[in-house]
Amino acid sequence: MAGEVIVDVEGLGKAFNGHRAVDAISLQVRRGEIVGLLGPNGAGKTTLIHMLLGLILPEAGRVRIFGLEMPKQRQVVLKRANFSSAYVQLPLSLTPRQNLSVFGRLYGVAGLPARIQALLDRLEIAQMADRPTRALSAGQLSRLNLAKALLNDPELLLLDEPTASMDPDIADKTRATLRAIQRERGMAVLYTSHNMREVEQLADRVLFLHHGRLVEEGSPSELLARYKEKDLEQVFLRIARQ
Amino acid sequence: MRGRLERVGAVLLRHLYLYPSSLSRLMEIFYWPVLDLMVWGFLTVYLSRQPGAMAHWTGFLLGAMIFWDILYRSQQAICISFLEEIWSRNLLNLFASPLSPGEFISATMLLSFVKFLLAGIVTVTLAWGLYSFNIFALGFWLIPLVANLITMGWIIGIITTAIILRYGERAEVLAWGLALLVQPFSAVFYPVSAMPRPLQIVGYALPCTHVFEGMRSLIAAGTIDGLTFTAPFFLNAVYMIAAWAFFRAMYRRAQQEGRLTKLGE
Repeated sequence: MAGEVIVDVEGLGKAFNGHRAVDAISLQVRRGEIVGLLGPNGAGKTTLIHMLLGLILPEAGRVRIFGLEMPKQRQVVLKRANFSSAYVQLPLSLTPRQNLSVFGRLYGVAGLPARIQALLDRLEIAQMADRPTRALSAGQLSRLNLAKALLNDPELLLLDEPTASMDPDIADKTRATLRAIQRERGMAVLYTSHNMREVEQLADRVLFLHHGRLVEEGSPSELLARYKEKDLEQVFLRIARQ
Repeated sequence: MRGRLERVGAVLLRHLYLYPSSLSRLMEIFYWPVLDLMVWGFLTVYLSRQPGAMAHWTGFLLGAMIFWDILYRSQQAICISFLEEIWSRNLLNLFASPLSPGEFISATMLLSFVKFLLAGIVTVTLAWGLYSFNIFALGFWLIPLVANLITMGWIIGIITTAIILRYGERAEVLAWGLALLVQPFSAVFYPVSAMPRPLQIVGYALPCTHVFEGMRSLIAAGTIDGLTFTAPFFLNAVYMIAAWAFFRAMYRRAQQEGRLTKLGE
């Protein structure tokens, strides 16, 4: 993997009430790479993503994004990155266009109205753009979250279960859109998912977290070969039950 | 600097978008202040017509009511805006963006000023129309007095928000209650001299007490003494620094304990 290192994490650690949520994790994500972050519930995936964003402060270790120290230089870093989570939503009383307009300003996006329209069209939610966000279906809401995450044309995208609550058709379309945009823009993507098929389809590399530790790493095909399994779900089960 | 202003404007816009289609938010700006004004207004009219009624009754009570509303609403704009982000599960979207906590608070301060202007136009016009009470008769003094009330409202709002950051949604009742806690000691509707001596000391430590005393002095005598005028500026400056330091400490603690993400999800 030859791309420039976008995310460089060294010895990251965090405990909550004596429980080690993230334990001495070191990893790198390179430009143009899609990295899947897998692990059972409570493995530390979301905590790790929140630490990368500066929402949780680490006790140990160091995070550098674009070569800049986090969270010290968070404003510069976060302008070039973005985030979406199935557990976070945009205000339901605002319309999608208003929501994107607010976040476009927060990220300092130039040519905002055209950018918003392009994303609404591409993610197939333009017809709902001026209705209250609460009128959107679960799948449309997830795509709106994705539109927010792509608004500033990020070089780094952090996604926490981006296709949760989407039906298989919409999830597939969203993955295809995400993959296409990622290839066009060459952005780095780090994302968590419980959908193993999705990870096999999307990820160039997979990181397995268990009890806050990074326990396995490799491309989907490398992992299948290493564990002599037919799909990542079986690999996941073997690691999770170790 | 431009980016900072744009982010502050974005948060302000996010909250202003809510108003045109939200009856409860419009009521918060117009309905409650108007209702308060009518109840207090008619009460003061009635009392002022009683034999032996104190001079300036109407001015004292209506002025106090309008001034208290300014403080209370400016406090609420800050913490209710923060709660709004928690309720709508938007908090993490905001703080995972380049927006800083300081920019968020600045935007809510601006929002409180916009709400003050809107509510102010209605209540001041109504007080003049219904009770012939012209608050602008206070002249130039009105500006520093109101500025000090708004600032104190911001201080209470910042402290409340910091406590919500520390204790989560179970502390949200403070958004409505903390300002009311200082009301009895602030000599809003009565002079400081009406309170027992120990409470007078507490009262004088609050910036708004001097504002209410100053307002009554202006209505009664057309003047305000130097200490009453300058004390709230000094006290507000000290409390604002302390409130901001407290907020920063609570925000950092919320980041350390993972509470910020729990509040946001």
